[in-house]
Amino acid sequence: MNAIIGQPVSRVDGPAKVTGHATYAAEFSLPDLAYAAMVLATIPRGHVRSIDRAAAEAAPGVLAVMTHEDAPRLPYKQIAQRPQVDAQSGEQLHVLQDDQVRFNGEPVAVVVAETLEQAVHAAELVRVEYARSPAVTIFDAKQGRPPGEGNAKAGRVPELGRGDVEGAMAEAPVRVEARYVHPREHHNAIEPHVTIAHWEGESLTLYDKTQWVDNDRKEIAHVFGMEEERIRVVSPFVGGAFGSALRTWPHVTLAVMAAKRVGRPVRLELTRRQLYMAVGFRPHSEQHLRLGADKDGRLVALEHDVVQQVGRYEEYAETALSPTSHLYQCDNLRARYRLVEMDTNSPCPMRAPGVVTGVLGLEMAMDELAVDLGMDPLELRLRNYAEQDQQKGLPWSSKELRACYETAAERFGWARRKPEPRSMREGGTLIGYGMATAIYHSDRSGGSASVALTGNGMAVVRSASSDMGPGTYTSMTQVAAETLGLPVDHVRFELGDTNLPYAPVHGGSITMASLGNAVVAACQAVQTKLAGLAQAAQQGPFAGLAENAVVARDGGLGRADGSGPVVPYAELLRQHNLGWVEAEGSAQPGEETKKYSSAAFGAIFVEVRVDEALGTVRVPRMVGAYDVGRVINPKTARSQCIGGMVGGLGMALEERAEWDARFGKVMNANLAEYLVPVNADVAELEAIFVPNDDRNFNPLGVKGLAEVAICGVAPAIANAVWHATGRRIRELPITPERLLG
Amino acid sequence: MPEPSQNFSLTLHVNGTEHRVAVDARTTLLDALRDRLHLTGTKKGCALGQCGACTVLLDGRRVVSCLMLAVMAEGRQVTTIEGLAQGDDLHPVQAAFVEHDAFQCGYCTPGQIMSAVGAIREGRAGSDDEIREQMSGNLCRCGAYTNIVAAVRDAASREG
Amino acid sequence: MHPFTYAPVADAAGAAARALAGAQFIAGGTDMLQLLQENLVQPQELADLNGLGLAGITEEQDGALRLGALTRLQKAADDPLLRERCAVAAEALAASASPMVRHMATLGGNLLQRTRCLYFRDVSTPCNKRQPGSGCSALEGENRHNAILGGSEHCIAVQPSDLPVALVALDAEVLIQGAGGAERWVPVEGFHRLPGDTPEIETVMQPGDIILAIRIPAHATRWRSHYVKARDRASFAWALCSAAVALRLDEEGRVAELRVAAGGVATKPWRLMRVEQELLGHRLDRDRVRLAAVWASEGAVTRPGNAYKAPLLQHTVERAILELGGLA
Repeated sequence: MNAIIGQPVSRVDGPAKVTGHATYAAEFSLPDLAYAAMVLATIPRGHVRSIDRAAAEAAPGVLAVMTHEDAPRLPYKQIAQRPQVDAQSGEQLHVLQDDQVRFNGEPVAVVVAETLEQAVHAAELVRVEYARSPAVTIFDAKQGRPPGEGNAKAGRVPELGRGDVEGAMAEAPVRVEARYVHPREHHNAIEPHVTIAHWEGESLTLYDKTQWVDNDRKEIAHVFGMEEERIRVVSPFVGGAFGSALRTWPHVTLAVMAAKRVGRPVRLELTRRQLYMAVGFRPHSEQHLRLGADKDGRLVALEHDVVQQVGRYEEYAETALSPTSHLYQCDNLRARYRLVEMDTNSPCPMRAPGVVTGVLGLEMAMDELAVDLGMDPLELRLRNYAEQDQQKGLPWSSKELRACYETAAERFGWARRKPEPRSMREGGTLIGYGMATAIYHSDRSGGSASVALTGNGMAVVRSASSDMGPGTYTSMTQVAAETLGLPVDHVRFELGDTNLPYAPVHGGSITMASLGNAVVAACQAVQTKLAGLAQAAQQGPFAGLAENAVVARDGGLGRADGSGPVVPYAELLRQHNLGWVEAEGSAQPGEETKKYSSAAFGAIFVEVRVDEALGTVRVPRMVGAYDVGRVINPKTARSQCIGGMVGGLGMALEERAEWDARFGKVMNANLAEYLVPVNADVAELEAIFVPNDDRNFNPLGVKGLAEVAICGVAPAIANAVWHATGRRIRELPITPERLLG
Repeated sequence: MPEPSQNFSLTLHVNGTEHRVAVDARTTLLDALRDRLHLTGTKKGCALGQCGACTVLLDGRRVVSCLMLAVMAEGRQVTTIEGLAQGDDLHPVQAAFVEHDAFQCGYCTPGQIMSAVGAIREGRAGSDDEIREQMSGNLCRCGAYTNIVAAVRDAASREG
Repeated sequence: MHPFTYAPVADAAGAAARALAGAQFIAGGTDMLQLLQENLVQPQELADLNGLGLAGITEEQDGALRLGALTRLQKAADDPLLRERCAVAAEALAASASPMVRHMATLGGNLLQRTRCLYFRDVSTPCNKRQPGSGCSALEGENRHNAILGGSEHCIAVQPSDLPVALVALDAEVLIQGAGGAERWVPVEGFHRLPGDTPEIETVMQPGDIILAIRIPAHATRWRSHYVKARDRASFAWALCSAAVALRLDEEGRVAELRVAAGGVATKPWRLMRVEQELLGHRLDRDRVRLAAVWASEGAVTRPGNAYKAPLLQHTVERAILELGGLA
């Protein structure tokens, strides 16, 4: 049997997706479905003085109008140990539980009607009078405070470092100091957030857009004070999320309350504009860096301060200091992380949360240092190559970053770069080359899976995981197929349902490193179980053999000594009159975090073309080389990498929430004015995987991919813009007003 | 001419089949397809014509079904993603999307495919640059653009 | 979305009658549906104009081009006559919106497209255009999209369409049928109104008026012309700034006729007569064009968010003229 892991298998769910038959959360057809629409507050802080709901209630088709005045009081029980995806202190938004308005866009009413049109219209008829209170809507980095204890415990520490920064900085012959600004960004997955809530007696089914069905269930169980067993969450397809569907948002609670009120299944789908207020976002950040180096470019001191915005009712924080702590060798380092409280909805993880921010500042500052040193930016990175994780004092479980630099630089043609800015052009167009390093720490978590071998030769593998796009369905199918020795089309992987074995969060690039190993364990468990049945049988090819005399190979069982034929699983099941045999397996993180530090790495090289007169930047090509450990499926892995490049391009050149402090509101809350890249923005993208197989980190040897793919892209582009123009734009995105200004 | 009305019982021609459907004057073609006819392959991303996820063919031409009232689609031929494949045989553009991994989450994909089918029919898929421009009304937040271009190029050359 | 009734209309007279009874028109629907979805307009009735048969582009006897009001943007962009004789218009259309929207949107509707000002589009914020007297949020707000020319203390919203900018450069006129059936021609340059203290009144259209056609006069079809659009991304984005240029050189290569208009920077398609004057009678050379283009932003009133539009306007105009003159 040929290896299946490592093959560019086309997505197993591809035909469903290209024919329109993949069913996303909004698309479950339930009898008697009613439609809900939200009314959102229009002030940044204060309280509701009065609500006139008469017109809404009288509107055709309206089934219910619910406000804080008549919504049920919900227990909102605390979860003993908050999941990492939640805010770590404060109180999540208790929706419709009081008259307070905590941010512009907080739900103040929900309307349910027979049709979507009727619900939306009735919501427009609800008249709310507000009393406004002073609100904090201006980001002032000086107001930053350390994250609280909850976040510190969860790894979002207020401060880290080593050595004597001040002393080393004072003596450093070359110093760079700069401040970088990165605006609030929104996920803008094309699928809006949506929930269908369906009560049947005291049992609740949620069809929800979520990256973690098990946690969705847990959250709603706590909000409503229900037993988890009475809730089922179904989410087989997620139309992109990028972190926005990690935690459970208030509209899910609203849908559940509304469905209870009207006694019918209710669908609540957010409008595009509501997505800028009713779910999270990547918080605005400002960062200040000081780098000190010796004349040979070795970092002797590194200081990095990151300040981000946070909501006031709960505290969400990020691991923004992580890259600085270990990306380069530097004996004297201090990094601080601060939060500025604002009256806004709560931010949340967005692809490579915190890390993409920290990498942005660090990699732009490194480029500035290279300029001051008169050194090639790539050479500067190589001189400061971290052979170990200096902060943790641990060796890397694996690190092929040097190979990433070499491979990508060669492929890109970095050697053709003329060091002087404005030195490369074609006609009136300035050309710039830029590069940056990418890093994202590798994590894993516990999870489980089940495998059923069936009499028709199929294997059905199940886990309550998610596939928001990376290809979980496909890569897990490959892992199972290889472990079981079956062809890919004899394996079916099912996910997205709390009825399936527990899976960890589908985020943080941990899915394969976590659940992949559980799938392997489940496959091995079912093989062992079948072998046990065959050995214990009165007759059959393996009857009476010793425990270790039968092994799985080539899609069946055979004798360990190699004698005799391999009997396919299905054949054995038939011989033993079994319809199927099923077993579960699980995998947990081991001792590896005590012995090693693990991270995925990348090196990104980009070319930009700058039209100085019109202030526009285009990116004709990007080359990235990545060390992500073992690659299960190079086809879908490449798609993640090019997707990260496109996301990074948006971050560098287009994306920004236009926040109006007077209203405490994002004004460009749509896709015609909050711009994300279109096809014409993108030309040649190349992703290369350097060989690696990190068994120190986990048995499958994978490290994780989604997050590292977006890290480093934006700073590489910004650095290339400097090379093209001689202009160092330190505030993203690099739009015409910044190049013309 | 009919009197102005707020409620309509329409006949919509979708993928060669006539459907009777009751709609509000406000109902968009997109919502009629998804919520009335349960043809949910056509996706709602923004409802404002700004993402392209709801692209269908109307009398053979690409349109965004969110910016059209259902009542205004009566008497016209609507083709959705569900109408492309012949049984289990994928349309060449669908097959090329799978082959070139021209999507990740799959949510924008029906709109991308309908737009690509339209672009190829219009004779506007002659070069990579033309494909990029012609496919720019269809946002893909997963960023599969280079694969989309490869898929459209491949399908166009097979059909052409 | 407010409930409304809907009915198609059979002829212009019927349409006018419905409008006078309170109906609003819908044709391509691409802007109307957005306005409805965002609750920015609340019509009681929508009268569907698509049955009026006003589509198509024809050449008149004198060589003028007549563009039916219901011609779809893509159809017009592809029209061989328009592409050959009025390149600026075809280019502006091809650079508009997305292919899907271009297949739906009509030329008449494009002239009437409402502003993209962030505050106009968000029903929760004050906006004099949407709710007269409520105040202009853009003056001191997020105004990178807003106008530096033609604004008032009540409104600095940009008319966002590409086509009318090209039409101004082509001396085009709009054929309007009044409620009583009388037809009148209005130059595109005079079609949109400055906001002044009535920003809610955007055009010269009167109740019951219907746009029947756009006419590009014969003389302009003999000019060479060109459109340049500067935008945040490579496609499917509003103009931050655009420039439409139409030009005729005399036998000695001197500028005999010139029209320059700008979009994205003004409250209406903006004719740049001073730039034209600087170049009339002269041969085009890079220095002269650059110096002339500096006049493009004459009279601009900028704010922190949109100050960049002044240099961008100069550069876009310069680029358009240089490219048209083969000097780029």
